[in-house]
Amino acid sequence: MPVQQQCTIVNKMSIGTDTYWMVLECGTMVGQTFRAPGQFIHITCPPHFLRRPISVCTCGSEKDGDLVEIVFQARGEGTRWLAERREGETLDVLGLLGNGFSVEKGGRYLLAGGGIGVPPLYGCAQYAEGKATAVLGFRSEQQAIMPELFSNACEEVFLCTDDGSLGFHGYVHQKVAEILDKDKDFTAVLACGPKPMLRGVAEVAARYGLPCQVSMEERMACGVGACLGCATPMADGSMKHVCKDGPVFDASEVDWNG
Amino acid sequence: MGKADLSVTLAGVRLKNPIVPVSGTFGFGEEYGRFFDITRLGALCAKGLTLRPRSGNPPPRIAETPMGMLNSVGLQNPGVDAFLAKEWPRLKELDVPVIANISGDTPAEYAAMCEKLSEAGVDMIEVNVSCPNVKAGGLAYGTKPELAAEVTREAKDHAGETPVMVKLSPNVTDITEIARAVEGAGADAVSLINTLRGMRIDLNTRRPILKRNTGGMSGPAVFPVALRMVWEVHNAVKLPILGMGGVHSAETAVEMLLAGATAVGMGSALFADPMAAVKTIDGLAEWCAAHETTPRELTGGVQPWA
Repeated sequence: MPVQQQCTIVNKMSIGTDTYWMVLECGTMVGQTFRAPGQFIHITCPPHFLRRPISVCTCGSEKDGDLVEIVFQARGEGTRWLAERREGETLDVLGLLGNGFSVEKGGRYLLAGGGIGVPPLYGCAQYAEGKATAVLGFRSEQQAIMPELFSNACEEVFLCTDDGSLGFHGYVHQKVAEILDKDKDFTAVLACGPKPMLRGVAEVAARYGLPCQVSMEERMACGVGACLGCATPMADGSMKHVCKDGPVFDASEVDWNG
Repeated sequence: MGKADLSVTLAGVRLKNPIVPVSGTFGFGEEYGRFFDITRLGALCAKGLTLRPRSGNPPPRIAETPMGMLNSVGLQNPGVDAFLAKEWPRLKELDVPVIANISGDTPAEYAAMCEKLSEAGVDMIEVNVSCPNVKAGGLAYGTKPELAAEVTREAKDHAGETPVMVKLSPNVTDITEIARAVEGAGADAVSLINTLRGMRIDLNTRRPILKRNTGGMSGPAVFPVALRMVWEVHNAVKLPILGMGGVHSAETAVEMLLAGATAVGMGSALFADPMAAVKTIDGLAEWCAAHETTPRELTGGVQPWA
């Protein structure tokens, strides 16, 4: 049962180039609608007509009001509006939407994140209770976000950059392959990022026989499964919907050529 | 909330109020049923059906526009048989009239769907001759008076006692010409407007945002166009009208009634606010109470300048 709620911004900070961390006080939303890390909230950004879907970074059910933390990039008109909000202002939020990652407490997960796909994996890292390994990829050192948070929550963290300015010089899926080559003993690979990255990670996971879940993105309207806008093609030729069936899918069911 | 009687009768079907979520914006009622009691609605219009299942268009299917949006869903649906087997048993128990919306590639497909739906007992059939997002059938039927009339006759011949409402395309030179043609062919009502064809381009890739290049525009931005067309059709035919296109508030719903609509559809407004339909019903009740009127009295009540 999703909740529509006026949420107060209780904290906001710039954490990188055009990238913002925001904490929302969300009433009882988390208690009522939390399923798993990887869900999203759908935010009205007036005067823009459609809501903006933003992944939850982490959330918690608190006595004096549930808290939802988001990290987003100001890359369009709506998210720029969101980036200009201040602490104390309220947002019209639908949440928590979608299904999130299927994870077990204390599992040994290999997390693979790219760019603004990194923050939603933080909830997975917390869920894994210190047993996760994270591979976080960015275009360059300048774009790197949340490395310390992941370091504190994970057994090991590997940073990658496309230009080699920080950590491993190369793509996330290459580093994932390097890790799995030495140690395949992971519960599953959990990935979030641009589709080409997800495809690369899914191929590597399949090669090493590991289950892989991927969080997909698509242009969205209603956010609740009514409009069928955010379709994403499946390997069996059917369409599933990011908002209702996802945003997390089993990598083996996705049509990677679609 | 006021005590005004909001009920209206659309093609013989009594609606407890004039507000109807339109086809393609409301699924089969389940999703928004998590936000509010859908039996509060005047009626609900189910996602458009075809004879066989359709997987719809490739993504991206959605693009935002100033105060509106484009969609290119392409009639994704499970097919009329799956609807009747899986959705209808639940919907028919609800205390709210259900309008089934159908699209076909041939008049025979419309006929076959009308038979199945009328036999099942849906409250009304909306014949879509105007989807801008499919290649065959659809738009061509809606843009040529003689073809629209042929599909209407075929639907009427196979719908038994079930009222048939024809959904008109705004992507024509003169919408009243099509309205007159379907009236002549026996339609019981018309609904308008379907979406307006539009386009957006991504500046970084120089590609259209929608994978099918163009799509159907809806949202508050299209409201004045929809209102004008409802007014024109109201002046041209005697059929009751389900007026839709950009309605997003009690005030815009009242305008739609004044222009000549008997009932008022709401669509993409729900994407912005899931409670938009319920707020509009409440607002309409207040407006009518404050102005000592009813939706029935408002229909066609605009006083045009000479």
